Amino acid sequence: MNIYIDNKKYEIKEGKNLLEACLQLGLNLPYFCWHPALGSVGACRQCAIKLYKDEDDTKGRLVMGCMEPVRDNVRISLEDPDAKGFREQVIGWLMTNHPHDCAVCDEGGACHLQDMTVMTGHTYRDYRFSKRTYNNQDLGPFLNHEMNRCIQCYRCVRYYKDYAGGKDLDVFAAHNHVYFGRCGNGKLESEFSGNLAEVCPTGVFTDKTLQSHYTRKWDLTYAPSICQGCSLGCNTSAGERYGTLRQIANRYNGDVNGYFLCDRGRYGYEFVNSHQRIYEPAVRPHSNGAVKKEQVVEVVAEKLKKGRVIGIGSPRASLESNFALKQLVGAEHFYIGMSDADHDHTALALKILKEGPARTPSLHEMEHADAVLILGEDLTNTAPLMALAVRQAVRQQPMHETEQTLHLAPWQDAPMREAIQDKKGPLFILHTFPTKLDELATAIHRGAPDNLARIAFALAAKLGADVAPVDDLHDEEKTLVAQMADALLAAKNPLIISGYGSGWDHFMKAAANISWALQQQGRAPMLSFTLPECNSLGLEMLGGHRLDSAIDLMEKGGADTVVVLENDLYRRADEHVIDALFANAKEVILIDHLYNQTAEKATVLLPAGTFAEADGTIVNNEGRAQRFFQVFVPKGSVQESWRWLLQIAEKAQVPRLSSLQNLDDIVWAMCVAVPFFEKVQQIAPHADFRINGQKIPRESHRYSGRTATLANENVSEPKPADDIDTPLSFTMEGFRGEPPAPLIPYFWSPGWNSVQAVNKYQTEIGGHLHGGDPGLRLLEPHLNGRPHYFREAPDRYIPMPGHVHIMPVYSIFGSEELSMHTKGIAQSAQDFFCIYMNPEDMHQWSISPGIWVSFDVDHHSYQMVAVPNHWLPRGIAALNAGLPKSKIIDLPQCVKLSGAEALHATR
Amino acid sequence: MERPLTQHITFPPLGLRQYEAIGGYQAARKAIKHMQPAEVTALVKDSGMKGRGGAGFSTGMKWSFVPMNVPGPKYLICNADEMEPGTFKDRWLLEGNPHQLIEGMIVAAYAIQATESFVFLRWAYKTAAQEIRKAIQEAYDAGYLGRNILGTGYSLEMHLHTGVGRYMCGEETALLNSLEGKRATPRSKPPFPQVSGLFGKPTIVNNVETLSYIPHIVNKGADWFQKLSLTADGGTKIYGVSGRVKNPGAWELPMGITLRELLEEHAGGMQDGYSFKGVLPGGASTDFLVEEHMDVKLDFAGVAAAGSRLGTGTMIVLDDKTCPVGFVHNLEHFFAQESCGFCTPCREGLPWTEKLLWAIEQGNGRMKDIEILASQTKLLGPGNTFCALAPGAMEPLQSALKYFREDFERHIIEEGCPYNHHHHLHSTSHEHLHR
Repeated sequence: MNIYIDNKKYEIKEGKNLLEACLQLGLNLPYFCWHPALGSVGACRQCAIKLYKDEDDTKGRLVMGCMEPVRDNVRISLEDPDAKGFREQVIGWLMTNHPHDCAVCDEGGACHLQDMTVMTGHTYRDYRFSKRTYNNQDLGPFLNHEMNRCIQCYRCVRYYKDYAGGKDLDVFAAHNHVYFGRCGNGKLESEFSGNLAEVCPTGVFTDKTLQSHYTRKWDLTYAPSICQGCSLGCNTSAGERYGTLRQIANRYNGDVNGYFLCDRGRYGYEFVNSHQRIYEPAVRPHSNGAVKKEQVVEVVAEKLKKGRVIGIGSPRASLESNFALKQLVGAEHFYIGMSDADHDHTALALKILKEGPARTPSLHEMEHADAVLILGEDLTNTAPLMALAVRQAVRQQPMHETEQTLHLAPWQDAPMREAIQDKKGPLFILHTFPTKLDELATAIHRGAPDNLARIAFALAAKLGADVAPVDDLHDEEKTLVAQMADALLAAKNPLIISGYGSGWDHFMKAAANISWALQQQGRAPMLSFTLPECNSLGLEMLGGHRLDSAIDLMEKGGADTVVVLENDLYRRADEHVIDALFANAKEVILIDHLYNQTAEKATVLLPAGTFAEADGTIVNNEGRAQRFFQVFVPKGSVQESWRWLLQIAEKAQVPRLSSLQNLDDIVWAMCVAVPFFEKVQQIAPHADFRINGQKIPRESHRYSGRTATLANENVSEPKPADDIDTPLSFTMEGFRGEPPAPLIPYFWSPGWNSVQAVNKYQTEIGGHLHGGDPGLRLLEPHLNGRPHYFREAPDRYIPMPGHVHIMPVYSIFGSEELSMHTKGIAQSAQDFFCIYMNPEDMHQWSISPGIWVSFDVDHHSYQMVAVPNHWLPRGIAALNAGLPKSKIIDLPQCVKLSGAEALHATR
Repeated sequence: MERPLTQHITFPPLGLRQYEAIGGYQAARKAIKHMQPAEVTALVKDSGMKGRGGAGFSTGMKWSFVPMNVPGPKYLICNADEMEPGTFKDRWLLEGNPHQLIEGMIVAAYAIQATESFVFLRWAYKTAAQEIRKAIQEAYDAGYLGRNILGTGYSLEMHLHTGVGRYMCGEETALLNSLEGKRATPRSKPPFPQVSGLFGKPTIVNNVETLSYIPHIVNKGADWFQKLSLTADGGTKIYGVSGRVKNPGAWELPMGITLRELLEEHAGGMQDGYSFKGVLPGGASTDFLVEEHMDVKLDFAGVAAAGSRLGTGTMIVLDDKTCPVGFVHNLEHFFAQESCGFCTPCREGLPWTEKLLWAIEQGNGRMKDIEILASQTKLLGPGNTFCALAPGAMEPLQSALKYFREDFERHIIEEGCPYNHHHHLHSTSHEHLHR
């Protein structure tokens, strides 16, 4: 379509509004209440423009750009004096109450309100009366609340309630006393609350963790990073100053996380600054272990030269580091450092996605699914952003209907929500426990995992999958199967979700069967699996032996030296098992960044860089390889794990790794050695990439105090560190234009100092970044392949007397290892460990609530406090997975109850 | 002179049997039993009935926009949230003849085939609430409401909903949000409520006076309605007058009488010792008319031509002893307080004008303040704000600046109110200024 803006002709796609069109064309039109993910409501009146009837209309009328659809040959003006004057006055009105506290405001310098104020030219204040004031609230450990700064754009509540499904933030009162907050003080309940800091156009909601070690955002050194908090691989910008990581912000990726992060991802970074960090190598049993970097490489090389070495990789380490270890010890001696259950799930997911005909979608694609089936997952706790995507997906079907009947566009947010009311597209959830998404579901079904999986198998059969029939379903279950089959068949892009969350692989098999059957019925199903950790899939693609075979090998005396990569093995198997493994090893060489239980056993400790101090590649649950970049030069002897391994390999003269020096080298070697990773070479420009002969600076051109930082000691300016691995520089000098998408350290554009600058980097508003979103998919389905269905459904679950099946329960706050080093996350996690049991089971076995019960697992006895949970079916128990005091690691497990002891818990 | 709307008003009002005895519910019987819904709409359209809530939009036209072949419920709502300052015409109808309103609602609901109807009543109208509640129950008992009305198969439920006293709820879309249990903020249009109204379903919102007229139009026809009027806008209209006139009150008069007739013949002219300075012709949110407008015809087009709006047709008279700055300040205080807080200009602009007016009234004004006020009246004009509240609030201010500018300037020059009585007039409005 053609549109005329100030008499200049532009071409623009249909379906947008005029504000989006202007922004997409690179024009500066200010706004507040509109947000690309939230649509338009017309509240702030900031994007006023002149709209003309036709060529001859010279007067025109003021309209709000965000409320007017693009029409062919529409004529508008941004420069018209009435429009400009009105836009300036909108700021004037806002400033009647907004405090002039920019100098002490956390948002200052990266504030959308500041930018818009400058953009409209509002300079002097005509208002001479007092400003209204509010009381603020304590919203918990993640967000500050400073209501005096509020400009009432309503984005916070629209995001929190409408988009993210939150219940405890709202708008109160009226006229110029409108108040945005909770009913009273208290932590915001939503797992996505941190996004308020970015959704808020000014300093009402700001990042409390940043404030605890505050620095101006222009003084941060940023690098493009990837969240390490779960398997989804959300893109982040990580910011550092003076050697501490200060902030994680969202880094827009149109395919992956879009505009939002979860609170684990945003706030779980404090481990980087932890006092438990390892900064120097150590060799035991020397006194205190202190040793120089060069020496320790030699020491390790000597130990490795003796042979009888195994390596244990890690799903939280980069592909490069895992690959380096595998090459160092040899493929036959490389073990996957996951629990066997995690390994089995990930391997199954990889097999299904690699060999089957169903496509695994990006998060963005999931938002557009028109029917969703979730099998055995509590997404909010296992893959949080996926839960947010499902929230958007259930709106698709009613939204499409409304587009037809009322001729509304999706961006017309208020009328769309009004017309839709509480209508939702099909969503079915089969899970033992209630989940936060249940409120959106068409139908939910609870029960023992096996019985739920049977329903899923029956559904696959109903959809035509070649599987053994499940013929003893109850009537209610049969009705549900029919209902789900109808809904999935009626959808164009049904989405089937399963994963590691309940520990039952039958769910994943059923999900595959259902997707494949839908594929054969001519639908375009999407199949998505949640996976345990940020690089679980990458590690599985690299391949290695199971952890239990390493344990067996060590027990038989099959090796002397164990090299452990970025892994606390006590989180991978039960304590006595790992104790035995280490007891059987003569040398334990650990490369990691935090001092943990495994580090206590290490004879050699090598300090590894965290994601913020290293470059590397990880593969998310979609099979998307993504690069994270080093943010800052670490303290002490810290360096990338892969770099330690390359240095050791050189000393030990390992030919498989000879003459590899930097990131590009090891990526190249990996791509040659592992066909799966061929594309990884292309996910980001190489180290020699330059624009106009310049590197991409990590620091903003406003970075201040470089020469003053240490001026009390020395006025000479130190030479900035070199970065031999990437085209990014550790300085403020370099190319100031728009870098290629994978190299964008932070979003900034002239006049746009807040995160809203991202508009300038997109091919269309809310679409892809220029040149394509970062990351490359390594998995594509065999669309014409014949599916090899998983034929056998599990048997109906029959509880065994005296036994319980223990399933894991994951929590967004608590289950993940590294994020628990952030105080606010640890505070949000459950602070005691117990076993949840069916109340009738407890009654039958005379177990009173709060009493210690004993279990036997592989002839090893455990005691735990029993807590009744009425969601659990007979014979099923549950444990919080990953909590610091977890004892039984490998879940699910069938355990024998050795009887209740009449000892009351003394907690 | 015929006074169809008010001729049967009594206090207490007629009960159902008495109402039937004077021909009540004949229109409902006629419409439901003998007319197609579309015929009813066509009849109202032909009559030229313009909505009596203030905007003056054709009632029949509004009904005709309701899509008749969509699944799900449709709604008919009576806007009885009469909160326009100076307006008390609906109260007269609500308290004085509730069955007339209910009958009008039944006919209107039938015309759009609504199955649910609501009376959205101003919180403070306690007597009206009692009378309406009683009348609805009587109508249910007599079979005019409920399932299968008069054996025709048509069913209609009716509910009384009392608001919580927000001016904003008089705006039909804010009323709908309020009725849904949401914040009383207005909605953007399109889509109009006729298409996506209450709970996203087709909905008609009509004023009390409009709906009360419907039975008479059905009984007596479009021509009869047209002929009641002196002008092109058909029917009679309830006009009201308050202020320092000899005989304040409300009268049902032919549409199109002149301002002079109304003020002099019906309101009895100004009280002794006071002379006429100006009048807000249709409630607080309309522009002042002054002496030169005395012969303006009080219909929608006539008042518009004089630069104001007929609005609700209930006048507030400003006399020569009352300070126009204080008068307008009082109005802006009301509007600033009643702003819903959704859009910036209204939420922030109205309190600013209020504070400026107070400063001027208190003798703390500056000449520049008049410029700021004048510019605010333009910036808060129609189309610039989300709904009509702020533009309405600017109407008395912009016309006061036009007609009484000298008064504003004197306040500033003399550093105080020349009328010198603000201290008792505004003793209650200090508090909000310093909150």
